[in-house]
Amino acid sequence: MESQLPAEFAVNVDHEKCRRCKRCVINCSFGAIEFKDKVTPNSRLCVACHRCATFCPENAITITENPLDYKYGYNWTPEIRKNILKQAESGGIILTGMGNPKPYPIYWDHMLIDACQVTNPSIDPLREPMELRTYLGAKPDSLEFDENISLATELAPQVKLDIPIVFAAMSYGAISLNAHKALAMAATRMGTLMNTGEGGMHEDIAPYADRIIVQVASGRFGVTSKYLNRSAAVEIKIGQGAKPGIGGHLPGEKVGEDISKTRMIPVGTDALSPAPHHDIYSIEDLSQLIYAIKEATDYKKPVSVKIAAVHNVAAIASGIVRAGADIVMLDGFRGGTGAAPMVIRDHVGIPIELALAAVDDRLRQEGIRNRASILVGGSIRQSADVVKAIALGADACVIGTASLIAMGCRVCQKCYTGNCAWGIATQKPELVRRLNPEVAADRLCNLLIAWGHEIQEVLGSLGINAIESLRGSRERLRGVGLPQETLDILGIKHAGIGQ
Amino acid sequence: MKCDGIPSGCAISGMMSEQGRRIDGRIIIKSIACMHDRSNGLGGGFAAYGIYPKRKDMYAFHMMYDNMEAKEATEEFFKDYFNVDKDEPVPTQRQNGISNPPILWRYFLEVPENKLEFLSERDYVTNTVMKINSEIEGAFVASSGKNMGAFKGVGYPEDIGKFYKLEDYSAYIWTAHGRFPTNTPGWWGGAHPFTLLDWSVVHNGEISSYGINKRYLEMFGYKLELRTDTEVIAYLIDLLVRRHKLPIDKAVMSLASPFWKDIDRMEPEQKKTATMLRQVYGSTLLNGPFSIIVGHSNGMIGLNDRIKLRPMTAARKDDMLYMASEESAIREIAPDLDEVWSPRAGTAVIGTLKAEVE
Repeated sequence: MESQLPAEFAVNVDHEKCRRCKRCVINCSFGAIEFKDKVTPNSRLCVACHRCATFCPENAITITENPLDYKYGYNWTPEIRKNILKQAESGGIILTGMGNPKPYPIYWDHMLIDACQVTNPSIDPLREPMELRTYLGAKPDSLEFDENISLATELAPQVKLDIPIVFAAMSYGAISLNAHKALAMAATRMGTLMNTGEGGMHEDIAPYADRIIVQVASGRFGVTSKYLNRSAAVEIKIGQGAKPGIGGHLPGEKVGEDISKTRMIPVGTDALSPAPHHDIYSIEDLSQLIYAIKEATDYKKPVSVKIAAVHNVAAIASGIVRAGADIVMLDGFRGGTGAAPMVIRDHVGIPIELALAAVDDRLRQEGIRNRASILVGGSIRQSADVVKAIALGADACVIGTASLIAMGCRVCQKCYTGNCAWGIATQKPELVRRLNPEVAADRLCNLLIAWGHEIQEVLGSLGINAIESLRGSRERLRGVGLPQETLDILGIKHAGIGQ
Repeated sequence: MKCDGIPSGCAISGMMSEQGRRIDGRIIIKSIACMHDRSNGLGGGFAAYGIYPKRKDMYAFHMMYDNMEAKEATEEFFKDYFNVDKDEPVPTQRQNGISNPPILWRYFLEVPENKLEFLSERDYVTNTVMKINSEIEGAFVASSGKNMGAFKGVGYPEDIGKFYKLEDYSAYIWTAHGRFPTNTPGWWGGAHPFTLLDWSVVHNGEISSYGINKRYLEMFGYKLELRTDTEVIAYLIDLLVRRHKLPIDKAVMSLASPFWKDIDRMEPEQKKTATMLRQVYGSTLLNGPFSIIVGHSNGMIGLNDRIKLRPMTAARKDDMLYMASEESAIREIAPDLDEVWSPRAGTAVIGTLKAEVE
């Protein structure tokens, strides 16, 4: 039966300009452009990924929202009506990709940063050192020196970051090997980290293992002793901001020879990650896994535990630290995903800003903030978000979507289809080939270099020259247009209030 | 040398006899008065070590009270928490430029044995200081160390010094401060030095990392009540040196740590120490412009921020170590010096008591 769903976008080809080179036809991976004597769009299939428009040498293609008005209804928005139509046709859960697009409050945009005037001088980052170096890992409360004034304390393993921004966990499977290579190369060059996600580590990125967090998720794909030891750190993934409380599913058609080897599952089988780890039904079970991994890695790798930001996140994070984690990774509800049910992505979890503030507060109240580093992700969009997150208490930020955009992603939210025209979220060889790992790595480095400079500018204007003087320094943030309760949770004052 | 200060905020000066020779207060007043233009009359103060030799083993509490109720409440509190050996008004005289002083009273206290079952004597005293400052309305502990005291208030430092009759005290360490307040209103408790136990801090500058320094200290039970950034310095030093037992040079390395680019070039052992200090004590890093002089029973420490955004000169003459915002303030009291230098950014000048206090 022909779908009743109207097209979301309208593709317009200016046939005056078009030279019929067919580049658009070749580039469209969604089959939305055909050639029938002339370039003929099938708008119904367009996802607005911009691949055709970007590569059209004559600028002959424009993509607009399909100008189809619905009878006005504040309650029954066109999106809701379309979703019902889809489900009436399919009987299925609506799948989607990328982060929550709904207009929930974005607290980053309601926080403003301080600057120095007169009484304390600002510092010029072009003239003075401006330090961004950060170490992830558990720290003791204090150091001890013996009678010869030499150190008597040994630290738990620490991972050095030259910039407090690491690449988010995205599995080989969800994204292409070329995307993985680009992330690994960029992380190595920039002195930061990438994260395998739950899909194991392909041999091609193993040379960069010193800069790679390897993930252990509920499916345990690709987890071997070698995998754990060939890493900068190990991360136990409990949850993901885009889909708290549910597992993952890599469809069998994406599981080709290489993914099969990397994940250690047969070719063509679905890779199912259960919702919980079936050996972790409680905090004491988590502690067992943390220490099993520490034993397996001879206590040489920090162990991170990643959770989605949910209502009780502060107490959960405290439990995770007490269970022995060296790093707590918090993923907010706007975090991205390769595939998630829309109902979960759009309605479950809490904003990372509030979760971070609550966790940092809780760990301080309990006097255990030193014992673990806090990483936060879930829609870190710009360097200002990084600055604000660190001021709220994070040690470093995690960027997923932003790194994909740097590689070419247009956030069309169709990752789950495997048709990514930009060669990022796909396993089709002809599409993967489109992403040149070297070029993508350069673009990723550029993004981090730019953000690094911007963070240094802000630090200089704050009159501080080391990132640790910003970390947790909420005094340097003020809220605008936030109710008192939100300000209290964030632990910041409203703009207009002095010291 | 001609004494002409440059008009810019706050003045500090400190002097110490490393041989424990005691010197009366007129000299330090002369030194700080030389930098008159660096203050604006909204605060001045002094710390003096070795001034109560007869009761040197007792905690000398210098108190400031807004009213009699606060005094009575605090004295009730002292009766519960200490053995009070003696109490008396802090001697003062009328002085032009000094008005509306609070009630100034001092107490010589001993900690009863039975109070120390679960914590050390100094933790006990620290807790009581925190309790008075945060819980008794109108009462403020100006100093709480043994054989030392803080004398401070609203006014120019030279007037404050005369008001407190500092010529009657002899000390082996004197520090002084003239204030040009920006962040907090001029009130008697807010003048420098800030103290805790025998730690005293005089500070020129502003701590831009105050927010995290404060939250870090709160994790260890310190209560920051004074609405000023200087108290974090006193408490950080207390935490690092007294409670965590770091050697003083390591503690100051945490407060004004070397840059990574310099740490990376150090010898392996030194590099390891410096790296670990930054990893573990990053939240104690004092960022922003400052020069400070820290006094304690066994010595005096001068420290600048990591890029030396505030001035500090140090000098030596025989057994004397001097530090001040300006060289003129040292030359004023010791024209003929063996050695005079500008300490490098982030590099502490450490004076150590080498003999019994006379």
